Amino acid sequence: MSSDIILQVSGLKVSRGGTPVLDIPELSIRNGEFLSIIGPNGTGKSTLLLSLAGLMKRQGGTIIFHGKTVDNGAELLAFRRRLAMVFQEPLLFDSTVYDNVAAGLKIRRIKRTGIRSVIEENLALFGISHLSSRSARKISGGEAQRASLARAFATDPELIFLDEPFASLDPPTKESIIEDLGRAMHARHTTAVMATHDRMDALRLSRRIAVMGGGRIVQIGTPSEVMHQPVDETVAVFVGIETLLAGEVRGSSGGVLEVGVNHQSIYATGDFSPGERVTCFIRPESVMVFPPGHAADSSARNVFPGVVTKIQPIGLLFRVQIDCGFPITAHVTQMAMDDLHIEAGIRIIAVFKATAVHVIRAPNR
Amino acid sequence: MELIIDGIKKAILLLVTFDREVLGITWLSLKVSGLATFISLFIGISLGTGVALTRFPGRRLVVSIINTGMGVPPVVVGLLVTIFLWRNGPFGMLELLYTPTAIVIAQAVIATPIVAGFSLASIQKLPEALRLQILALGATRLQMIWMLIKEAKLPLLAAAMAGFGGVISEVGASIMVGGNIMGYTRVLTTATVMETGRGNFDVAIALGVILLMVTFCINAVLTWIQQRERPR
Amino acid sequence: MKMRNVSSVWILALCVAALFMSSPADAAEQKNLILATTTSTQDSGLLDMLVPLFEKKTGYFVKTIAVGSGQAMAMGSKGEADVLLVHSPAAEKKFMAEGNGVNRKLVMHNDFIIVGPSADPAGIKGMKSAAEAFQKIAAKGAVFMSRGDNSGTHAKEKDIWKAAGINPEGQKYYQQTGLGMGQTLNVASEKRTYTLTDRGTYLSLKKNLGLNILVEGDKVLLNIYHVIDVNPAKFPKVNAPAAKAFADFMVSREVQGIIAKFGVDKYGSPLFFPDAGKPEFD
Repeated sequence: MSSDIILQVSGLKVSRGGTPVLDIPELSIRNGEFLSIIGPNGTGKSTLLLSLAGLMKRQGGTIIFHGKTVDNGAELLAFRRRLAMVFQEPLLFDSTVYDNVAAGLKIRRIKRTGIRSVIEENLALFGISHLSSRSARKISGGEAQRASLARAFATDPELIFLDEPFASLDPPTKESIIEDLGRAMHARHTTAVMATHDRMDALRLSRRIAVMGGGRIVQIGTPSEVMHQPVDETVAVFVGIETLLAGEVRGSSGGVLEVGVNHQSIYATGDFSPGERVTCFIRPESVMVFPPGHAADSSARNVFPGVVTKIQPIGLLFRVQIDCGFPITAHVTQMAMDDLHIEAGIRIIAVFKATAVHVIRAPNR
Repeated sequence: MELIIDGIKKAILLLVTFDREVLGITWLSLKVSGLATFISLFIGISLGTGVALTRFPGRRLVVSIINTGMGVPPVVVGLLVTIFLWRNGPFGMLELLYTPTAIVIAQAVIATPIVAGFSLASIQKLPEALRLQILALGATRLQMIWMLIKEAKLPLLAAAMAGFGGVISEVGASIMVGGNIMGYTRVLTTATVMETGRGNFDVAIALGVILLMVTFCINAVLTWIQQRERPR
Repeated sequence: MKMRNVSSVWILALCVAALFMSSPADAAEQKNLILATTTSTQDSGLLDMLVPLFEKKTGYFVKTIAVGSGQAMAMGSKGEADVLLVHSPAAEKKFMAEGNGVNRKLVMHNDFIIVGPSADPAGIKGMKSAAEAFQKIAAKGAVFMSRGDNSGTHAKEKDIWKAAGINPEGQKYYQQTGLGMGQTLNVASEKRTYTLTDRGTYLSLKKNLGLNILVEGDKVLLNIYHVIDVNPAKFPKVNAPAAKAFADFMVSREVQGIIAKFGVDKYGSPLFFPDAGKPEFD
């Protein structure tokens, strides 16, 4: 397992003006993985990234790269020369795109003659070969970010750190850059750590996701674990869970729990004893809606008639809030909205599987 | 008015006839102020960049001192340098007073805060994350500083122009530490003052015109470099 | 690498710079002579003629610092000059008495004159006594422009005020420029005021001035130049041989002859009268 780990930090502590801003007892980056660090703004994502890259003054902690502690200046420089970094802003130099992509190689004092093909290859990797001789000050934001990525990949780094790399891009540009980045990562077997406030971006690329809150990693796991099984309410809200219900376990048989919520019974999965206070998380995408009388053929364990209380458009979907004796939120397509004539005040049936309900022990008050 | 036209005529005459004294004075002005600017660029850029990139207690005070230094009257610098270079002063054994070197020193002292102030401002104007980006590209600290200076090269050229313009047109310090010695420390500005004192207004105006032309040419060249460097 | 090139350019340039500037300083070792003198000797052009001659004859390099007599003696009394050529006899005597100088020698004289606008509002034209002329200027409240710079001319002017029994300091009619003789004449001309000047500077600037000679010939108006070596016993860093050489040069027959003729071709009359070897005026 340890040979699998490219970078490991332990006891990492960073504070600013005496206030601790980062406290990471242990974090390992696996070789070849794409780890996303998500969390609200100001929770220390960028600080963590910079600390991992050895670019941040830290109050404590060790960085172990390929099993060796990165300590003094020379080791740190050698370490930094094995990694690359891309920021939200492209941060290009005031020269041509070609020279920008060449920057990392020039810093390493690699002979001018040897780098031409490397640069051309990386320009092509991000689809900007035609911009080679253009001034970096005269290209679009998307092109600039491509140049920044090409510059990062040109030194063939083992590890690449991405700090909100898509945050300033318009959606179509972002889509195509994410695609190119994914291809580049795959072609080069690069390990990546990305900080983002956008969970959807994280889902697009990641093998693992770490959720940060208050300078700590609150949860780390596969995208599915983080999205469906958040460890607490903060993570739940951040990963987009919109129904959070407090209840008490009434019974448990064969792995299926019966949780009492407001005199109703919700069926869920989990390992809890009757009488325990719990919180149930239900993703809005897991909730289906049917017109009254049409839900009988569903295999789902949870079927609740209710009344639509509120409708909000969210992009192409609609957020529909239903009162079933407890509040529950579903995301509904335009087509379903039309078919079911959904509007505030109508009766409707909300349906979700027992496996769609994630139960955690209620926090002690 | 007639006097000014006479002066311009005289300037052209002095230049086209390659008047040895005037050419010598002009060349000395260029040499002394050019060298002083050069030294001030070296020290000023180092100082400005250093202060821009580091955080230390008393930094605000240093920044204030640099900003004040940008406006220190040349005669004050001249007086201080004179006192330091006196035979019986702390650096008397160097025997530098009333030499071109003394003028270079005084002018470098005048120009250094100007260059440092410009450098400080232009380096600080660069995005904060650029330093991290450069380090993440594998740069050593020195490489990073050099790349930041390169990024700020256009405002730094302006600093060079401001510094050079400040010292070549300066008279108070030059006359004090140089002594306006004919053929040795007589530069365009001190010669202009002297010729005015002698009542040779035509020569004084001619020297003034030459000074203007010299500064104009130097700035034109630097501006051309600055504009050419701006990528298309 | 481009980066390397640029840093080597810096270093190269600094080396060139060092070479550039060091050559004159090295060559001038112990050959330097600092001559502190009055603006009048420089502004009249006399030194431009004599100094190269001296340098050619002796191989010394003369650094002529043209300031007022007062400042020249201040430099001497700090050991910051080697030889003085000044015209402020009272101050010179004090300078000698304090042991700052040796070998004070009479070199030449010209005379001071009182000049003013042709309108002559105080009506002093043709007066024989400078002190009486000053009294009249003060009585009429006509503006008098003083150097105010402790130069020899300023010292002379103060002597005359003293003889006239007037303290002009702070009076409305009494203005000070703090500038050299040439510039003070220009200011006086522009503002149409009276001033005291040495004849040499006045003659050399006359063409641009709207000022006329109003009072001349009073014995008190004599302007006497002495050369003084700064005392090497008191200031060991002084270049005594060079100072002595310059003093000897100034009183030599050849130079005295040059002084006698200096300015004749340009102004029709000499600017200075050689006095070497003559008894002191007072």
